[in-house]
Amino acid sequence: MTVLITFIQRAILQATPLLFGATGEIITEKSGNLNLGIPGIMYTGAISGVIGGFFYQNACQAAGYAVVPIIAVLIPLLCSLVGSLLVTLIYCFLTITLRANQNVTGLAITTFGTGLGNFFGGSLIKITKSDVPYVALTKISLAFKKTLPFASKTGAFGTLFFSYGFLVYLSIILAIVAAIVLNKTRVGLHLRAVGENPATADAAGINVTKYKYFATAIGGMIAGLGGLFFVMDYSGGIWANNGFGDRGWLAIAIVIFALWKPNFAIPASFLFGGLYILYNYISASMALIPILQMSPYVVTLIALVLTSIRNNREKQPPASLGLSYFREER
Amino acid sequence: MAENIALQLKNISKHFGTIMANRKVDLDLVRGEILAVLGENGSGKTTLMNMIAGIYYPDEGQIFVDGKEATIRSPKDAFEYKIGMIHQHFKLVDIFTAAENIALGMHDEGKFDMAKIEASVAELTEKFGFEMDPRKKIYQMSVSEKQTVEILKILYRGADILILDEPTAVLTPQEIDKLFAVLRRMRESGKSIIIITHKLHEVMAISDRVAVLRRGEHIATVKTAEVSEAELTEMMVGKKISLNIDRTEPKNPTDRLIVKNLNCFSIDGIQKLSSVSFTARSGEILGIAGIAGSGQRELLEAIAGLQHLSGGEITYIDPQTGVEENLRDKTPQQIRELGVRLSFVPEDRLGMGLVGNMDIVDNMMLRSYRRGRSLFLDRKQPSNLADEIIASLEVVTPSSHTPVRRLSGGNVQKVLVGREIAAAPTVLMAAYPVRGLDINSSYMIYNLLNAQKENGVAVIFVGEDLDVLLELCDRILVLCGGKVSGIVEGRKAKKEQVGLMMTKTEGVS
Repeated sequence: MTVLITFIQRAILQATPLLFGATGEIITEKSGNLNLGIPGIMYTGAISGVIGGFFYQNACQAAGYAVVPIIAVLIPLLCSLVGSLLVTLIYCFLTITLRANQNVTGLAITTFGTGLGNFFGGSLIKITKSDVPYVALTKISLAFKKTLPFASKTGAFGTLFFSYGFLVYLSIILAIVAAIVLNKTRVGLHLRAVGENPATADAAGINVTKYKYFATAIGGMIAGLGGLFFVMDYSGGIWANNGFGDRGWLAIAIVIFALWKPNFAIPASFLFGGLYILYNYISASMALIPILQMSPYVVTLIALVLTSIRNNREKQPPASLGLSYFREER
Repeated sequence: MAENIALQLKNISKHFGTIMANRKVDLDLVRGEILAVLGENGSGKTTLMNMIAGIYYPDEGQIFVDGKEATIRSPKDAFEYKIGMIHQHFKLVDIFTAAENIALGMHDEGKFDMAKIEASVAELTEKFGFEMDPRKKIYQMSVSEKQTVEILKILYRGADILILDEPTAVLTPQEIDKLFAVLRRMRESGKSIIIITHKLHEVMAISDRVAVLRRGEHIATVKTAEVSEAELTEMMVGKKISLNIDRTEPKNPTDRLIVKNLNCFSIDGIQKLSSVSFTARSGEILGIAGIAGSGQRELLEAIAGLQHLSGGEITYIDPQTGVEENLRDKTPQQIRELGVRLSFVPEDRLGMGLVGNMDIVDNMMLRSYRRGRSLFLDRKQPSNLADEIIASLEVVTPSSHTPVRRLSGGNVQKVLVGREIAAAPTVLMAAYPVRGLDINSSYMIYNLLNAQKENGVAVIFVGEDLDVLLELCDRILVLCGGKVSGIVEGRKAKKEQVGLMMTKTEGVS
């Protein structure tokens, strides 16, 4: 029983970066932009937060003050949002304004973001003059991991529901808010129209460029929070280069699996998070581990095949996904 | 009378490059009337309407709405003046409901409430006698329902002047009756309606007055009740103009291509060809006349093996052996080997015939790359052919290695037609080969087609200019709504006669 509860708790922790990434990518794709730069943007979000946290922690140490939890959270959070926003804006400018190919641009952003993260990560490691190849922001991390006060007093129930840092709850709230905005508001209706048929949206007087920019930028910032959560909460404030793994791609797989619905992305990311760590909890031979780790992708492939066979129009990607829009010269 | 005029156009002109689309057009629309705008293809009907709807801006002239001068620079401006246009291509989001599409881009006061929007759409639907469920998704709708959504979209925005661009082109006769009933109801409630069409019987059935356009000029506006179909046709096509195209008598024509009862449907399930039968003979130019979209494209593609047919037969008679071959289930490659050449020039010139980014030599190779046994391509022959075509057809190009997309329209056309003719066809099909070409290039193309005819080729020529068809072709097949309305002799036929055949469909109210 306790094993099961630990498993679920670990799965949710594992799922949180994925959910941030998936929610961000869904909002982006609803505007017709296929942002394959998400893995790079998440990585940038992580390193930006680390840079902010690193200098704050060092400043505190130098001055001899204790780290103030609220500032320890706010500085990395803001840095992370700004960092992922800047990288996302490069993608926006290239694909929306210059109408570059979205796939190529996205992959370039991923390569760029990863390189950026490793470059600054390496620089920070140099600054600390430490022998180990990582930066430790344990004090900052404690602020991020602060749980609700009654978590430890309510037994298994508390472990399941209250034992997380605030970013876990934020990821779920953002997914729900995104679902409501997309389906119940005028802004959501207009955004979906832009992703489905930008020419029609344009004719109806909707500013297609503005919607694409805002959706992609907001989506990128939300995805960046996934990177921040990973390093500050999940990894306990330890930054090591290339530590993020393939979580960015997994987030994009969830978008497909969840049929472009943010509310579906919540259980989908929990499932993927669980599958990702399943090998720790079943007594499998070493040879099985890669197969188990592969399972989220296999599940996505099966989901793709099934939705393609059923050919339900409402379970398809936005109709103009991946296409640039420009008003024809009339 | 004056205060009853809803919309007035004065001296409106518009040109695109050197082509005059509208020249000093005057038009007025009375409140609560249905005005039909009638004209051939390219007579400037749609351009004129687009200027009212804010898609184009006139080069010259004034527009008055309710007696006040109006500046309409965008569809949004048009809505401010309560003018709405329903285009031939619907602008709808497929996976949205009707109500969602109607609400798109609207910024009503108060909270966004889909149920409220659905209720007011339902109210409008009832008021004008439409049949529509506001919650139905667009992709589940028929063409007629989609059109209804478009009309509702404009009514929902409070338009008083509605412009419909060929609304009946995609509808069945029953649906047309329903649409007309709705239009009449709208007229009763004081809306002014302009309907663009080239179907005469519809003009007679629905309109109060008719404005006739020809070659961008306004010919006359007349009361429908006081005019006959024949008079309207004459106003529409005008007097015959002599072009002096050489036409020789066909030399012992023999049957080359026999087409019987062709039937074909579009992906949307609309019948594009119904029981089309004709014979193309060697040494003869067979013209195909018809309003744009009457099935010309489908007919040529069917012969070339590019269209799926739901019925009918295409028989090709080999000129040497006299053997009959059925082309129906053959691939374009097999058909080409028999000597049927398709020189197809759709609106997008470089779409089907040539590859824009490749040079003239490479484009020649599209036809010849299968020849020879060598592992490597033979570039010499295509290169010679390219030079030959450039010299004999006077193609203006820096070299034979210039990408064809950089050439002007006329030169692209010469390259394409030159290549097709060089393959020594026995049947040559050309669709709109002179569209957008200047006079000299046009005559060069006519001469090329005539030379092919004298060589005993069966030439099929799809054209839109009746004067050209009447002077160039030996026989003219007239299509109307996918049906053959008749085959006439090119030397004897009258322009008005062909014009009437193009617009006549039997069995429609």
